[in-house]
Amino acid sequence: MREEIITSGRMNPHIDPYLEIWHWHIPLYLFLGGLAAGILFFAGLYVILGKENKYCGAVKRAPIIVPFLLVIGLVALFLDLKHKLYFWQLYTTIKIQSPMSWGAWTLMAITPLSFAWAAMHIREFFPKWDWKLPILKEIERFLHQNKLVLAWIMVILSVILGIYTGILFSAFNARPLWNTSILGPLFLTSGLSAGAAIIILFSRTHKERNNFAKIDILLISIELFIIVHMFMGFLASTEVQIDAANMFLGGPYTAPFWIFVVIIGMILPALLEVLELRKIKIPVVLPVVLVLFGSLMLRFIIAYAGQMSRWLY
Amino acid sequence: MAKTRRDFLKISSLSVAGIAAGGGILKSAVPSFKDTQLGNFGPLDNKRTPTYCEVCFWKCAGWVYKNDKGEVKKIIGNDEDPNCNGRFCPRGTGGVGMYHDKDRLKNPLIRETGKNGKQTFREASWDEALGLVAKKLQEIKEEHGPECTALFTHGSGGKYFGDLLKAFGSANIAAPSYAQCRGPREVAFIATFGDGLNSPEPTDIRDTRCLVLIGSHLGENMHNGQVQEMSDAIDNGATIITVDPRFSTVASKSKHWLPIKPSTDIALLLAWIHEIIHNEWYDKKYVEQYTFGFDELKEYVKNFTPEWAYGITTIDPNVIRETAREMANAAPSVIVHPGRHVTWYGDDTQRLRAVAILNALLGSWGRRGGFFVPEKLSVPKFPHPPFPKPKKTWREAMNGKYNLAGLALASGVCDATIPSPELDCHIRGWIVNGTNLIMTLPDQKKTIEAINNLDLLVVVDTMPMEITGYADVVLPECTYLERYDSLRVVQGREPNVALRMPATEPKYNTKPAYWMAKELSKKLGLEEYFAWNTIEEMLDWQLKQIGSSLGEMKRVGVKKMPREYGGLYFQEAEEIEFNTNTGKIELYSTALAEEGFDPMPVYTPHKEPNPGYYYLNYGRASMHTFSRTSNNPNLVDLMEENTVWVNPKVAKEWDLKNGQPVYLENQDGVVSEFPVKVRVTERVRFDSVYIVHGFGHANKKLSRAYGKGVSDSQLITRVLVDPIMGGTGMRGNFVTFRFEKESEVGS
Amino acid sequence: MRYAMAIDTKKCVGCADCVVACQTENDVPIGYCRDWIVEVTDGTYPQLEIEIRSERCNHCENSPCVRCCPTGASHYEDGGIVTVTKHKCIGCGACIVSCPYDARYSHPEGYVDKCTFCMHRIKKGQQPACVAVCPTKCMYFGDLDDPNSEVSKVLKQRKFKTLIPEAGTKPHVYYLI
Repeated sequence: MREEIITSGRMNPHIDPYLEIWHWHIPLYLFLGGLAAGILFFAGLYVILGKENKYCGAVKRAPIIVPFLLVIGLVALFLDLKHKLYFWQLYTTIKIQSPMSWGAWTLMAITPLSFAWAAMHIREFFPKWDWKLPILKEIERFLHQNKLVLAWIMVILSVILGIYTGILFSAFNARPLWNTSILGPLFLTSGLSAGAAIIILFSRTHKERNNFAKIDILLISIELFIIVHMFMGFLASTEVQIDAANMFLGGPYTAPFWIFVVIIGMILPALLEVLELRKIKIPVVLPVVLVLFGSLMLRFIIAYAGQMSRWLY
Repeated sequence: MAKTRRDFLKISSLSVAGIAAGGGILKSAVPSFKDTQLGNFGPLDNKRTPTYCEVCFWKCAGWVYKNDKGEVKKIIGNDEDPNCNGRFCPRGTGGVGMYHDKDRLKNPLIRETGKNGKQTFREASWDEALGLVAKKLQEIKEEHGPECTALFTHGSGGKYFGDLLKAFGSANIAAPSYAQCRGPREVAFIATFGDGLNSPEPTDIRDTRCLVLIGSHLGENMHNGQVQEMSDAIDNGATIITVDPRFSTVASKSKHWLPIKPSTDIALLLAWIHEIIHNEWYDKKYVEQYTFGFDELKEYVKNFTPEWAYGITTIDPNVIRETAREMANAAPSVIVHPGRHVTWYGDDTQRLRAVAILNALLGSWGRRGGFFVPEKLSVPKFPHPPFPKPKKTWREAMNGKYNLAGLALASGVCDATIPSPELDCHIRGWIVNGTNLIMTLPDQKKTIEAINNLDLLVVVDTMPMEITGYADVVLPECTYLERYDSLRVVQGREPNVALRMPATEPKYNTKPAYWMAKELSKKLGLEEYFAWNTIEEMLDWQLKQIGSSLGEMKRVGVKKMPREYGGLYFQEAEEIEFNTNTGKIELYSTALAEEGFDPMPVYTPHKEPNPGYYYLNYGRASMHTFSRTSNNPNLVDLMEENTVWVNPKVAKEWDLKNGQPVYLENQDGVVSEFPVKVRVTERVRFDSVYIVHGFGHANKKLSRAYGKGVSDSQLITRVLVDPIMGGTGMRGNFVTFRFEKESEVGS
Repeated sequence: MRYAMAIDTKKCVGCADCVVACQTENDVPIGYCRDWIVEVTDGTYPQLEIEIRSERCNHCENSPCVRCCPTGASHYEDGGIVTVTKHKCIGCGACIVSCPYDARYSHPEGYVDKCTFCMHRIKKGQQPACVAVCPTKCMYFGDLDDPNSEVSKVLKQRKFKTLIPEAGTKPHVYYLI
């Protein structure tokens, strides 16, 4: 029998017996960031593709919630900081190798952009909206003139943001579960899928809804493929990563992950969307909520399980 | 038939404003030193004051550093101190926690019985508390004689209470460190070599080539100097042989680990003696010149072959042979270590005799790498009139037993407190200083019975230990970091003296022991025995007698003096008169024979556990000293509770999981007061369990220690008394596991 | 200059003196620690062996914590010592998560704290508190670039290992085995 114990009572709070330094804030923030990235990605994409009017829900309506998502996300991030008064230190330097720094700066750029985008399309919701101040009107005109440029910037930034939500975890080689570069694409896909789902909710035309249902089904399929791929990668890797995978393959996270994330959060909504495409009446909101739930759970479970996974020595 | 039934009282936390009396007498006024030769230690710009440690009996000397706010920050060893060589052990380093502990005793307390019969503690002024103590002592003296009082002490302040008691007219001064710890060892070595070992033991570990440890777990017991020297010995490539049913830390550092069946050590020792004599591996010149009774011994051990011992100890005969050869090869630089806590099975003096004999045969006594010849300074006492001669002592209650006990038996004094037909007067008053008798003495029920027969129980302590709950008067002592004490004068390779002085003023309304004793002496009309005005004056006088001064000692902390009585080791063929009846090292003990005991050690089988029961083995952890540190915040950080070590086979049988709380029940149906967590580990033998001593505190006022782990003392109800010197053997107890507390057997 | 520590697992008895000495030297709050003891037992009774290690920040040459810090609060000092600048730390916890040795903790005041090799003592020519106090003298500290330093010498003479070398962190705390 091997017995490995800390005999000096190392009990640093939230470090021992296993890491619990990040609580709900980070996964919530990553979920909201991913969701925002997904919505902005599609908004930008359809502007670039010149289908702005066909996909009104994606381009004009859904992005209205993005500023709120990002602000709530930032508040969560801020609440997570333990030395809050020094928050501004984030913006005194750019650290290329630090995902946290990347995220801070990306958010710094994309949040104002999301506000601008929402402002540009405010009349979708309030047709009689008037900016009143001439300067604001001027800005609005300028933004509309450069909408294509904005769309490009938005697509690029949203991909960075979407991938970043995964990279934040995968950059930590100390946590074997996170230490896989596939987490970036997985979180990006999950964010896009959640974004597509929200767009379904906001779109008014049957055609757009169907289109995004198809996109969502495709994204969920990719996600499932990536998940299988991820576990194959783990199982073919070192002992610590096998251990990490085993948390989901018989270990403590098996039931929550496969039931909440994969079945309820992916397979079930995908099935519902397929049924809907086959003209069977399904409440629109149902698959959307399930996808969002799955996406949120994915981040929560990866965040907590990752902190439990560790090196052996 | 208890006369005054004492309710166990938790120390009142109702804090009436502290009644400060004479607060300013302990102003520390020490300049700061910038001494660069202490390259290794401490930010030297801090103020530092000398002290010696009070966390255990090793009494390492060190420096107390304070932070900018004048609070005690850290304690660092004194480079000049032979006990610690500038390196404190974890408990000494964590001694700061004793000072900072908010659970400390803060005010004198007096037990009161209210109108409803309910007993409570009331905070009192020092004058009132000491007045009450003096009054009660006088009453005992007048009614029963001064001999009916006793002092239990395990701490530096005991010296002053000891003087007080002697002046008062009693010689009942006992330390549990004798009959509950090292007594048998002293008696055995005195019987063999004419000299005891004392403390710190004169083991020349740093130069040894072979160190044999029998149940001694150096490294887990942090006998600082010995642990340090053992590390040197490992560096020098010395062989370590460890005999222990448990795979102790030092067993893991040993070339040979002998996983012996508990209680069979004497058989192993006799087999070793047999091998060494049979193969003529003993030191012939040494044995011939210095020893007495070799032929008797040779004849006696002739049948104790390794094969004979194998059947008893379960140790492979080849391993016994090989280890005997290792010792012989290293001789005389070999130490068969006598250990320290040796009261195990009641035949402990005989076991330690076997250890002493083995050392004698190997010629290690008085030799380099074996046992050196220690020297100790003699520091005169401050002049006082001669103490009155007591008419009787605790020994009256012993019916002529234990004549070889060199010091008072704490358990004997406890016995002499319980009235019996043979006693014309039992002891009526106790002063207990710095020892938690409830956890220190085996057989708690008996201790409490004795306490219930007292007219007066005064407890002097820094912490609300269990014993304070039984007291009539509690006197809060300040910690060693806040007081002067008597000089530390201990034996060693070089004679030396160390000073303890306050680093800071006492917190709360606490006082040093010397102050309490002196104040009491005034109230008892005995002030002529404490003729000094201030403690500084007294210490300075003493130090001047040995060519130093208080001023110098404040600066250096420790002073070493040259040896006066010859070398560290015996010279080649030197003529030596040993302090025994024959003037020789007695392999055959005439002193034991005179008293009617076996002159050579005899192996007797001991009781074995019934099925489902396991030997209750206990020991120490490096982070704690007995039960006294188990509330120290710094040390609780390192280890907050003990666990019961269980072999995986046993765990499987009982379906025990790591970390699972269980109760322990002993052979007499006593169930542990608290549950203890299981540690499933291969390190413990399948027929025994192991727990660290000193946990399982029952006093809620010890906020960190209360209910943490289990108390071995509570489970030690079968006490095997050593017929030779009255040591209380505590290893003859067996436990089983219980999953619920309710006892099936009404106890 | 590259500071390093070598710890002799053959001599260490796991007494935890290093832990409490660090606590009092560096005012580490009660309930927290910058170093700790690991005890590994292998085998079956009575064929057993134990390795005891005093562990702390490894002051890695390739420190994930320095890399992931978004503000530069975690950084290298002279001699490769990894430390945290209190007033730059935002307490995001990324460095805590990034450390494969779990050597960092969140100080009650909010910033992240860890072993500094007692930089304040080294600067004065003293040894780190844990090394200075160790009763078994099982710890060696010094400059790897100085062939005469204690640590260089002992690493030349003895077999050693580092913890989780496969994490690629290049630790500067060595364990003599």
